Amino acid sequence: MIGQALNRVDGPLKVAGRATYAYEHWEAGQPLYGFIVGATIGKGRITRIDTDRAERAPGVHMVMTHHDVPAQGTPDPSIPFEYWRAYPALSGPDVHHYGEPVALVVATTFEQARAAANLVGVEYAGGPGSYDFAACQDQAYAPDALIYGMIPTGTAAGDLDTGFDSAPVRIDVRYTTPYELSQPMEPHACLVVPDGEDLIVHVSTQIVDAARASIAGTLQIDPQRIHIIAPYVGGGFGSKLRIHAETILAAFAARALGRPVKVALTRQQIFHLTGVRPTSSQRVRLGAQRDGRLVAIAHEVTMHTNRHSEYIEPTAAATRGLYAAPHRLTSHRLTPLDLPRGEDVRAPGEAPGLLVVESAMDELADALGMDPVELRIRNEPTVDPERGVPYSDRHLVECLREGARRFGWERRPATPASVREGQWLVGYGMAAGIRGHIQAPTAARVRLAADGSAVVQSDMTDIGTGTYTILTQVAADGLGLPPDRVRVELGRSEYPVSPGSGGSWGAANSSTAVHRACEALREKLVDTARNDARSALHGLDPAGAKFSDGSVSIDGVSEALSEIVARNYPDGMAAEGETLAMTDDPNYRDYALHTYGAHFAEVGVDADTAEIRLRRMLGVFSVGRVLNAKTARSQLIGGMIWGVGAALEEEAVVDPRSGAFVTRDLAHYLVPVHADIPDVDAVVLDGYDDKANVLGAKGLGELGICGAGAAVANAVFNATGVRVRDFPITLEKVLPGLPPMET
Amino acid sequence: MRTFTYTAPSSVAEAVEAIAAAGDGAKFLAGGTTLYDLMKLGVERPPALVDVSRLAELTAIDTSGDTAGGDHLVFGGGARMADVAADPVVRRDYPVLSESLWRAASQQLRNMATVAGNLLQRTRCPYFRGTEYPCNKREPGSGCAAREGIDRGSAVLGTSEACTAAYAGDWPVALVAFDAVIDVVGPRGERTVALADLHREPGDTPHREHTLDPDELVLRVRVPVTPAGRGSTYLKIRDRESYAFALASAAVGLTVGAQGLVEECRIALGGVATRPWRARAAEQVLTGRPLTDETARAAAEAALAGARAGTHNGFKIELAERTVVDALRIARGRADR
Amino acid sequence: MTVFIVNGQKIEVEPDPRESLLDVLHGRLALFGTKKGCDHGQCGACTVHLDGRRVVSCLTLAVQADGREVRTIEDVAREDGTLDPMQQAFIDNDAMQCGYCTPGQIMSGLACIAEGHTGDDDEIREYMSGNLCRCGAYVGIVAAIRQAAEQEA
Repeated sequence: MIGQALNRVDGPLKVAGRATYAYEHWEAGQPLYGFIVGATIGKGRITRIDTDRAERAPGVHMVMTHHDVPAQGTPDPSIPFEYWRAYPALSGPDVHHYGEPVALVVATTFEQARAAANLVGVEYAGGPGSYDFAACQDQAYAPDALIYGMIPTGTAAGDLDTGFDSAPVRIDVRYTTPYELSQPMEPHACLVVPDGEDLIVHVSTQIVDAARASIAGTLQIDPQRIHIIAPYVGGGFGSKLRIHAETILAAFAARALGRPVKVALTRQQIFHLTGVRPTSSQRVRLGAQRDGRLVAIAHEVTMHTNRHSEYIEPTAAATRGLYAAPHRLTSHRLTPLDLPRGEDVRAPGEAPGLLVVESAMDELADALGMDPVELRIRNEPTVDPERGVPYSDRHLVECLREGARRFGWERRPATPASVREGQWLVGYGMAAGIRGHIQAPTAARVRLAADGSAVVQSDMTDIGTGTYTILTQVAADGLGLPPDRVRVELGRSEYPVSPGSGGSWGAANSSTAVHRACEALREKLVDTARNDARSALHGLDPAGAKFSDGSVSIDGVSEALSEIVARNYPDGMAAEGETLAMTDDPNYRDYALHTYGAHFAEVGVDADTAEIRLRRMLGVFSVGRVLNAKTARSQLIGGMIWGVGAALEEEAVVDPRSGAFVTRDLAHYLVPVHADIPDVDAVVLDGYDDKANVLGAKGLGELGICGAGAAVANAVFNATGVRVRDFPITLEKVLPGLPPMET
Repeated sequence: MRTFTYTAPSSVAEAVEAIAAAGDGAKFLAGGTTLYDLMKLGVERPPALVDVSRLAELTAIDTSGDTAGGDHLVFGGGARMADVAADPVVRRDYPVLSESLWRAASQQLRNMATVAGNLLQRTRCPYFRGTEYPCNKREPGSGCAAREGIDRGSAVLGTSEACTAAYAGDWPVALVAFDAVIDVVGPRGERTVALADLHREPGDTPHREHTLDPDELVLRVRVPVTPAGRGSTYLKIRDRESYAFALASAAVGLTVGAQGLVEECRIALGGVATRPWRARAAEQVLTGRPLTDETARAAAEAALAGARAGTHNGFKIELAERTVVDALRIARGRADR
Repeated sequence: MTVFIVNGQKIEVEPDPRESLLDVLHGRLALFGTKKGCDHGQCGACTVHLDGRRVVSCLTLAVQADGREVRTIEDVAREDGTLDPMQQAFIDNDAMQCGYCTPGQIMSGLACIAEGHTGDDDEIREYMSGNLCRCGAYVGIVAAIRQAAEQEA
């Protein structure tokens, strides 16, 4: 069962429009609608807020501002991860960034709420704000904190300056990446239903436990009184790791009014209210011998942070595990700006970092006159270069070789700007990808009913990652049941706690926990049967027990699980299983656990207009054991498409006069459309990482992005001879470097 | 959104009466893909809408070229963009028209939007669409936030001190190139307006985008039959392959005579000007001459004569020139067939 | 009073004239299969069929639906619950991940076939480009539409 390409078990619901997302729940009947009013300055203070006209508008039930929001908790720094901390909204008259909520209007209908929101009169005393990243570099600082409380911002080995300066071949380049947003298709939304003293919260969230903790901490109520329900989430990509103002304000309003209140962000509001991948300026130095062996690697990153709420994206961290070299330097610095805060966006750190480092490696290959694939292979480390520990299961070289073979890499244009097909300049590019595998404490429960069917319960979420299906397979495998006898229930705070979906940790974490729960159940079942005089397995040796087809057999004697359960536990029997935190698992200390990818892309660049179009793309990946071949491929391709978007299209643009994201909709923030994605495929090498967990599986939800954009960017260089170092690579950046128009 | 009264007349005559009765600020509603979009942003705030999207009288498509008013293709103002784009005669004999339609928006939007409504599509300038910004087009006299702002999408032709907003549409660019006209009806009767005279440059009055009165309804779009239709194309350059506005575009049509000399030549630009931009000077460069790399390039440069770059949109000048050259090449290839 | 047919059923509502067809489907008919992704016609998640043609319901005024037939995703599976071949093709080809854009993709896919826009994969991609998918399920979606189109043929 495990590894098979089982169709998504939630597929029938999703294709019928019957999977219910946060604001669609109708059990409590018609809710009230909340609409957030956002600040129209980037920094300053509210001097006056006039809610009179809004309050008197048709259908309005309340207008909440900082004057009347109830007392709120503040973020507790002793809570290790920020998603679990309080998230106060409307907390005072100060404005910290454009679009910050200044009021919530609640009305009978959405149109009434939106219309009344326009009637809230706000006056500001605007202060001078810093909004221009490039212009504020003199204010950059090295943060004291560890990234995620765990990862050092700076590392060094050897003597980088000397090592680099004395290298025969040197690349010293600066790249920039823009502000980016997760842009899940489902806008952030929350429906809060008061239930006596409790709150039922239907929210689009990636981590149920964090949502509950954050709401409880902000509202200052017992978390047990908050019931999170999140069975279906329309994409998160990091922006729903934590709840945001829409949830807190909906909760306050629902409590105050004693009525269900629904707040969904508009796509425009998403730009300012759900976190952003910081813009970055990255300097990469690569010093190599003439045979390509790296002697020096430096990756120094400066990124935006909100002045009051620090976020450090680990942009240079992936470089640390990627290639060997004796002289090494990585650093992260922050430029404080009065812009919305940075938050995790899919593949935080790796996405912008590998985009740049793998482009720089391509520049090195070009300078060396060396095949970029060979350059990576030549620098394959034998142990983790910075930790000094062996890799648990590293197969980057196999990915590179297999990818090159399948892609026909030998047909790559040998020199840039040398191949033309009709109007298209054609180029090939490649890049390596790496992502650390993370494991976090997770619990799951499996319950076996008297009819022999199983129910898996976890507060895990399925954000498109395939959790429902994968856990079905793991439980089916664990108990020897056909998959249609397994039901998976997710996304409720009443269920055993997990760290949710994020960091690519969800599938491996929850699968391990479910697997262990099944182990415990199997033991209990066999034990019960052999001690039960009525059982066919009475007195038999448990060592030979095998589970399949809903039965357990020992030495050829079998009994249906339903019989064992019905006889002994008519109300069903359950067991829980747990996954250890990586901090408690010595394997994570003694080994470096990563997943790997190799990307190959072919692009066409219009010789006259510089339009850049992907022609085909292949990724080959090593992730340990694959839990579901179908969903794995989909997740990886999805990540690769993100790489294409990052390389060529995505950019949220700040107007430096106001601190607003001025181009705030999906017609301006461009993500790839169907027509941008022709022939894209992902291949996963068979594998098993026995250091990762008992299933040998590692996460892959973000691996697809890692390095993908660089493969596309490198293909653009190969096609045109033009190296663009400011992402996204839009046509006006390539146009000046094109050869003159020809016949 | 401000509330409004809504009426749905069942004939053109009723519609003309209804718009007058609905008072100042009332607007016709066709597909709604521009108007409703802007109403949600608070940019358009009509107190009344008169729905003309269901008037059967307005949906006829006649491509016989054999009409009472002369040899024209006739498209009812209420005909959907998708239907005109898919019309077999349009596709075969006037690819510029078909391409200017199917390369716009999405099929869902093209099923809703009408060929008349699309003439009046409004700019995508983010400062126009964001009501917190000064915008002379939205609020005369308030200023122009695009001037020193993020103006990558702004126009380089036809701009003024007051406004640089690019005209975002495609179909009208093709129509302007092909000397289309529209027949409109209002309380004062019917009149015909050349597409060339429909759209205004901003000048001092960027809020006045076209020459129709608010109570005038577009009955039909008429395109003179011409063999240049066959040798035509609408080339649209965008940041992604589909579902995006033009960075630059060119509607081109031509016929080539027996000696390889250009006879009829039509060139108009989109994405780079404040209105659909007929490039007559460019046409004159080519008329009576062979189409070569040199003449094409010269025509392209003539088309962009007078272009003025802002801060982030200077690339549009070179891009538009190249687009014209490419479009001429494509049109030439089709003219030969 | 606006009277229209939704999935074969006659519906009478008195919408706020500002209300979109999408918001009426949600707020008055509790038909949430059609999704709000952007509310400005830029993502296609709200695609429905209006008189047999695909439109974005977020930019359709509810009052404009008067006298017309609306078909939503809830109508696509058969009465007995069996899935339409397009729906099954979506499942077989893993043409979804989070599922939020899926109803719109299916409504558009069905329309693509009806419109005759499934000649080859490039045509499918072009005519499906009005439906964004941030999860990047495009490869599976195109394969699903091709499969369903071939079955239809």
